[in-house]
Amino acid sequence: MLGRVEKKYGVVVVGGGPAGMGAALGARDHGEDKVLILDREPEAGGILLQCIHSGFGMHYFREELTGPEYAERFLQKVIDHDVDVLPGSYVSGVVVDSGGSKKVRIMSEAHGLITVETKSVVLAMGCRERTRGAVRIPGTRPSGILTAGLAQKFVNLKGYLPGKRIAILGSGDIGLIMARRLTLEGCHVEGVFELMPYSNGLTRNVVQCLEDFDIPLYLSTTVACIHGRDRIEKITVAPVNADLKPDMSRAWDVPCDTLLISVGLIPENELTQNLGIGLDVVTGGPLVSSTLETSMPGMFACGNVLHVHDLVDYVTREALLAGRFAGEWAKGVRRPKDNIRLVPGDNVRYCVPHTLSPEREHTIHLRCKAAMKPCKIKVGNLMEKKLRFVFPAEMIMFKIKPDLLDKFHDDTLRIDILPLEKGERVD
Amino acid sequence: MYDVAVIGGGVIGCAIARELSRYRLGIVIVEKFEEVGFGTTKTNSGIIHAGHHSPPDTLKGKLVVRGNKLYDRLCKELKFGFRRIGELVVARSESEIPELERLKNLGDLKGVPDLEIWDRERLRNEEPNLSNTLVAALHAPSAGVINPYELANALSENAVENGVDLKVNCVVEKIVAGKGFLAVHTSRERIKARFVINCAGVYADKIAEMAGLRDFTIHPRKGEEYMLDKRLKGLVQRLIFPIPKKNTKGILIIPTFDGTIMVGPTAQDTADRDDASTTYEGSEQVFRFVSKICPSITERDTITEFAGLRAVSNTNDFIIGPTRIKGFINAAGIQSPGLTSAPAIALYVRDILKSEGLVLKKKENFKPHLPGPPRFASLNDEQQRRLVEQDRLFAKVVCRCELVTEAEIHNAIDHGARTLDGIKFRSRAGMGRCQGGFCAPRCMDILSKRLDKPFQEITKRGGDSWVVRKMVDDA
Repeated sequence: MLGRVEKKYGVVVVGGGPAGMGAALGARDHGEDKVLILDREPEAGGILLQCIHSGFGMHYFREELTGPEYAERFLQKVIDHDVDVLPGSYVSGVVVDSGGSKKVRIMSEAHGLITVETKSVVLAMGCRERTRGAVRIPGTRPSGILTAGLAQKFVNLKGYLPGKRIAILGSGDIGLIMARRLTLEGCHVEGVFELMPYSNGLTRNVVQCLEDFDIPLYLSTTVACIHGRDRIEKITVAPVNADLKPDMSRAWDVPCDTLLISVGLIPENELTQNLGIGLDVVTGGPLVSSTLETSMPGMFACGNVLHVHDLVDYVTREALLAGRFAGEWAKGVRRPKDNIRLVPGDNVRYCVPHTLSPEREHTIHLRCKAAMKPCKIKVGNLMEKKLRFVFPAEMIMFKIKPDLLDKFHDDTLRIDILPLEKGERVD
Repeated sequence: MYDVAVIGGGVIGCAIARELSRYRLGIVIVEKFEEVGFGTTKTNSGIIHAGHHSPPDTLKGKLVVRGNKLYDRLCKELKFGFRRIGELVVARSESEIPELERLKNLGDLKGVPDLEIWDRERLRNEEPNLSNTLVAALHAPSAGVINPYELANALSENAVENGVDLKVNCVVEKIVAGKGFLAVHTSRERIKARFVINCAGVYADKIAEMAGLRDFTIHPRKGEEYMLDKRLKGLVQRLIFPIPKKNTKGILIIPTFDGTIMVGPTAQDTADRDDASTTYEGSEQVFRFVSKICPSITERDTITEFAGLRAVSNTNDFIIGPTRIKGFINAAGIQSPGLTSAPAIALYVRDILKSEGLVLKKKENFKPHLPGPPRFASLNDEQQRRLVEQDRLFAKVVCRCELVTEAEIHNAIDHGARTLDGIKFRSRAGMGRCQGGFCAPRCMDILSKRLDKPFQEITKRGGDSWVVRKMVDDA
């Protein structure tokens, strides 16, 4: 029930975005009937609520939905499944007692400072955007420099424009979506400037948001200086050399009143870190087993707090799984520990989960370091999968069947992305 | 007519106004920005120097040690963030040790307390994260750190509480001498005062010129600072200084009052009095140098950067005193250690006014104390519970990076915040890792409601620093 909170739960989910809602449903579907979602915003739904464009749900619902529609469907399901949802609540900490029971400390305007007890917790806090500070742009500090997501919130939820003449640093998906959104609102988008030689967003967004609107994408180019006293007036952009440092001899100025920053997302793991849970320095998310359990027993993680996903449908799938295991844990199910460590090898930036068990089928998520085409993913000596191309902006997913792992007798399984050998072809 | 008009609401102007508010005087602060402390003050490194750096025969050398000592009481009264964490001047080779000794002697001479030279081993025990190539250090336990904007806000608020008028968005355009008074023409109104105190920072020579004085010039010297991620909290316990150079104390490692590590400042002369830009050269210089002293610090950890201008005078010393224009008093050229000296400068200026004929009669009802802002995140469970019982908005989190509650945002507005930066400097909302990405719209909503201003009129820091435009312009 919306707004209800009791003293004891089987599963408490931190975060009411798609990951949190998916996890709550996963737990309910596997028999845990006391589930609570805590969300810090006035309304649950997460960032989906400000993503009013369509393109969500193609995998999960097999239809094209807007962000708020996707969130609405889930929220309705969650409420129908008698999950308690407490918006406007902030988790200030989790205390674990020696018996493994967890006390979640909550701040809420409606309820004050309260503590609820739970058997398991699912971390689903999502991610935040990298800021200007994190990418180090020299120059002045006027107003008008904001992350693409904040601009999206201003436009779609509050009904204001961040400015009229827009430049965008970074080709992350939100930046691309906002290039189109602001163009439709009558703003002029001067261009998208991307440090890397490839786009950081999905190909479909480059085509539908930039190419269809004649917005130029400058690859291997960065913002080298910000000008303006009170409000941003122009930026100096410059192509970068091989060391990614700007070549000022080829720089030019772009007048603008707004600079959107879309240079990547960082899983929001302050709570996780305060609990002493082990993190993966590459993903920025917790290290998890094949049941999506963190290094702290009974504490699970899913969605963008675990690693940044391309599509919400993938978040949902992962969250349902995390919820299922969290629900089982709450009911006392203890599975044997994983006994295979997954290790990123050639051209693999990271893979999630971090360990596997021969007990069940696994979906492996990974990202490559550099684009490669055509190529193959090699999973130890167990399997190979040929791909037409890999691309850092697009997450790679594949399944490993339990029978493959049955025959695997090592404790370390390495994943490589390799060029095809002579005579090999992609089918 | 006012008795005293203070031009410039930086930390110097505010300290002087607050000191004078003890007396039965009509006082006004004239500030060109939307809030006080928005000029050089907010970009200050926030160091309360022990005082051994400045030569004893200079005015700044005299005022710095006195200023340092005044901070304990000032902090008790006004409740701004201040802690004596001590500083270390580190020697990178044996050949630098005599310089440590010279500084120690200089400090001893000026009465800087408890200076001590540490050998390599002591240094390594006390600050294990510094480079193991350092050979010795001079320890000055009386040095401290402060949040300079909190100081300016507290001083001006307390001054206003004691009857001082504060005029913001008020740019001085002309100063005309009248009979027994000076008329300060501003962008908003004409202000008459018997005494005008010039605390205009990097514009102090321009203000003096308006009064017909060309006795000194200001040469802004830019300093770039880089704020690092909380990850590095606790890396060093004390302020870390290199051996000073002629123009500057060098690039420092500063554990700020809130524990975040800041590195800088650079020292670059600039002709532009508003040039608060950071540069590639600046960051390269800062990180190249700092990594030699503390190898764990890298550019990667930067969460934000900023620059400020020191108001360096052509005499390289403070210029404080009366002028040949009757009633026009300078408090100019206040570069480092200006922040440390501020309370001493206030007393010094008070004495000058007295000898210039201003009658100082103490007010009986002067209120020296401010309650200080509530800092929910820093309280224990019991204190937090009590606050929430008083006001449920203490349980409503607005800024999650720094854990700032809505009650604290309201408190900041109650105490003078009018802009997003004003809220940030008073409550810390927007100061953390996400740099306001999540809390800015909420702070704008609250400001809009409280100030009864449309959402699109809320600014980052006044002037033309608008944040959003209306979607459809009003016809």
